[in-house]
Amino acid sequence: MTTTPDLLYSEVEEDLRSSVRALFAANAEASAVLARTESSEPYDLKLWRTLAADLGAAGLAVPEELGGHGASVREVALVLEELGRSVAPVPFLGSVVLATSALLGADTANTVVAELLPRLAAGELIGALAVPLTTQPGVAFPEAVKVNTEGTLSGRVGSVVDASAAELLVVPAVGPDGPGLYAVESAAAGVSVSPVVSLDLTRRIADVTLENAPARLVADAEHAPAALQHALTTGAGLLASEQLGIADWSLTETVRYLKERYQFGRQVGSFQALKHRLANLYVEVVNARAAARYAADALATGSEDAPIAVAVAKSRNSAIAVHVTEEAVQLHGGIGMTWEHPAHLYLKRAKSDELALGTPGKHRATLATLIDLQG
Amino acid sequence: MTDTTTVDAEQLRGLVRELLDAHDPAKTDRLEFLQARFDAGLAWVHFPVGLGGLGAPRSLQSVVEKEFAAAGAPDNNPRRIGIGLGMAAPTVLAFGTQEQRERFLRPLWTGEEVWCQLFSEPGAGSDLAALGTRAVRDGDDWIVTGQKVWTSVAHIARFAILVTRTDPDVPKHQGMTYFICDMEAPGVEVRPLRQITGEAEFNEVFLTDVRIPDSRRLGKVGEGWKVAQTTLMNERVAIGGNEIPREGALLGKVTETWRARPELRTPELQDRLLKLWVEAESLRLASGRLRQQMAVGAPGPEGSVLKLAFSELNQALSGLEIELMGEEGLRYDDWTNRRPEKVDFAGREAGYRYLRAKGNSIEGGTSEVLRNIIAERVLGLPSEPRVDKDVAWKDLPR
Repeated sequence: MTTTPDLLYSEVEEDLRSSVRALFAANAEASAVLARTESSEPYDLKLWRTLAADLGAAGLAVPEELGGHGASVREVALVLEELGRSVAPVPFLGSVVLATSALLGADTANTVVAELLPRLAAGELIGALAVPLTTQPGVAFPEAVKVNTEGTLSGRVGSVVDASAAELLVVPAVGPDGPGLYAVESAAAGVSVSPVVSLDLTRRIADVTLENAPARLVADAEHAPAALQHALTTGAGLLASEQLGIADWSLTETVRYLKERYQFGRQVGSFQALKHRLANLYVEVVNARAAARYAADALATGSEDAPIAVAVAKSRNSAIAVHVTEEAVQLHGGIGMTWEHPAHLYLKRAKSDELALGTPGKHRATLATLIDLQG
Repeated sequence: MTDTTTVDAEQLRGLVRELLDAHDPAKTDRLEFLQARFDAGLAWVHFPVGLGGLGAPRSLQSVVEKEFAAAGAPDNNPRRIGIGLGMAAPTVLAFGTQEQRERFLRPLWTGEEVWCQLFSEPGAGSDLAALGTRAVRDGDDWIVTGQKVWTSVAHIARFAILVTRTDPDVPKHQGMTYFICDMEAPGVEVRPLRQITGEAEFNEVFLTDVRIPDSRRLGKVGEGWKVAQTTLMNERVAIGGNEIPREGALLGKVTETWRARPELRTPELQDRLLKLWVEAESLRLASGRLRQQMAVGAPGPEGSVLKLAFSELNQALSGLEIELMGEEGLRYDDWTNRRPEKVDFAGREAGYRYLRAKGNSIEGGTSEVLRNIIAERVLGLPSEPRVDKDVAWKDLPR
């Protein structure tokens, strides 16, 4: 039964937002985030532990009986909004969104799932979903990894998000029994995770190679395709909230700067040509917020409309985040082109997010089928 | 007489039933029924007792509307008298004397007297405060001369809300006075204003030595701008208030054609249609979100963006619709100079929708003015330079 979607933020959600925002404000200020991008530790694992374990963000959407907090993906979406606003380098998308959703979409009575989920939910274990980050909901089950006769896995998966920080890889693989999802420890023999130079400086991708890697089955042929789809759909829908956060920060920061910057004896923000561009960006952010909230609510309530809500939010917000961050660089002028100013971190995140989990064009193609507007 | 009552939804339903028992809609004359509804305080429940209301919360109006609709009772054709209901009535209530309220509100609400709005002028569009229609005091009357434009329903209106210049020697915002103008008074001439669609939905109104009694003034002499602000704020409340279904309005026309006529489809048009579908859906959600904010008493700044976004969407969709029609897009349904009483997007063809939608970004605040409003009031950016602020109206360059 469909109920009226709640497009606002509840008080509990606003409280959560305040905590997460305060945490990032204290621990992920722009200069520190920037400095870390060129350090040997691109992920801030201390910040991750505070966020995931102490604040409980890793277990928000996990039921209490599986060691989580029994909230919903609406709250996860809120954390992603703040993550978009701060581009803090934590493996939240890979672990909390993708790997955890995949296991929640599997049979949670499976003993391996029942063992792993509480550890993911507690923030003790960092997971990653071994698919290329560009994989969109609705694709055929990936066949890049094969199940060997002895039950080990072999194959190569490129561009896996947050894999270099992960201890657990959730790997889709195909064997004699058909498709399956497998748990692979990244420290095990036969597993090689090679970080690549990523366009997104604050969220890394890595190539994963498996050679007879030991693996435990977490979802069999009956459950694996649905579990993978659940992860991809949830991921795409929630990423729209991160894109909202990226756009919101970029607009706010640009407005602030244009009030402060003087040229021709005037505040740059007093020129009508620029005011109108900023007004247009505000209109986009208002749209992005509505689309993101609706997708999060539809996913949280298991609405029948969720596939449409996700396709709308991911295609709309991808374009909005890219546009607002591009405008932020332009409207900052010279300083926006410098390495020192954080605007580029948001541009890089926005452009990567546009490709992640289905480009706008791919989501519109999905939508064409869902709403019967075929070519 | 008290101005307020404490009344809840259940009591309202009881009052509706009482009224329906006493005046069976099936057997009662339409006007008589509407007058009885007004007198029972069930016209606009948030208005004061004695003026068609019960001093109840505005949110309870929907309860009353639902009950009357379910009983098959006649309504007051709200779209025909929208300017009266949405703009004139709140202004009369806020600034009118008790005598004025009692004289005007009842026939306004029942639709016996249609109202129009005499604000814009050829020389005062976005800059409404520059208006120059002069009102000069003459004993107990004012004598008004000037030209107003873009006046819908002037040709059927009995009264108008009118803003005039009473003191040209002070800066423009200070020298205005607001009146109720009798549209049947000598010197009022209404001429159709033909639009690019071929029809004349609006009018020009010429006022030549029109005599208005001082008792028809709303608010103080020189405070016309303040009164007009109340009118305009109520107009903005009225815009964007309705719930839209998915694929509603202009989008529905395009998707209907797309599904029914596969031979018209091309990949390029499909891509544009899907992009606009997504934009329309996110805007529909944004407008739903705004209503949810208003329901919990926290209206966000989103309101000012909706009109801007809807007008751009309508223009893009109606342009796409013509291209989709192919050869038929070269034709137009009717260039006759018609005189419609309300805009009819759905009842006309694609060409009309394309042309009429061009007005969406001009009427009720141009998109350029709305962008200034968003930039200044929402984002807090510096105001446009006000070179006319301290200049007497008569000395403004024009």
